[in-house]
Amino acid sequence: MWWLLFLLLAAVNFIKFCIVENTSIVLTSEKLVIQDCFNFVQDASCGGISIFVGTVRNLTKGKTVTLLDFSSYEPMAVKEMQKIANAALQKYPIKKIAIHHAIGSLKIGDIPVIIAVSSAHRKAAFEACEYAINTLKETVPIWKKEYFKDGEVWVNAHP
Amino acid sequence: MKIKVLLFGIVTDLIGENEIVIYLPPNSTVENLRLSLALEYAKLENIHEFAVAVNEEYAENNRVLKATDVVAIIPPVSGG
Repeated sequence: MWWLLFLLLAAVNFIKFCIVENTSIVLTSEKLVIQDCFNFVQDASCGGISIFVGTVRNLTKGKTVTLLDFSSYEPMAVKEMQKIANAALQKYPIKKIAIHHAIGSLKIGDIPVIIAVSSAHRKAAFEACEYAINTLKETVPIWKKEYFKDGEVWVNAHP
Repeated sequence: MKIKVLLFGIVTDLIGENEIVIYLPPNSTVENLRLSLALEYAKLENIHEFAVAVNEEYAENNRVLKATDVVAIIPPVSGG
């Protein structure tokens, strides 16, 4: 029976290898680079790449934003981002996915998040990209504090 | 048992700490932890809800806690 166990282990390792090969998860205080995400997901078998780029907006409910500060529960945030990437690979016929998020202080126009997805046909890339950003906004333990001229607010914290 | 609880986002501002220690009877659950937190830290009422993570995974209210668990309060997230 030992060969069955060997086969199982080989299969598990192969699946792990495929996931690591096809996902790029980054949580960093460095500036995010769109080209890095593009380069990661680019693949000869793909007919398209869908990229969502989140940018810091200058207004919230009519008030002028001066600065944004992102903080995270880092090890858990990375795990949750990885879960989203893995789920996207299972749910949609896509080839590769990159999920990069910035933490620290960001100014208007800066990029807090990039999601890039490649697939043979565009529909899957569009859908997986939207799924990933929507899920990230619901589950990944990252918090945004908005600074205004007259105060500061933790986004989503209040009813 | 003594449980270390990590705080994030608005909760660090409300309580004024990055982590706190909560004492609970053995075999307490996440639900019991929530009740203790509400009693000791009334300011938590200022947020309408929060999740609890145990060992870096979201945990249900019936999850039984161990003294070695790393517990975290996860206020509503706002990444992206």
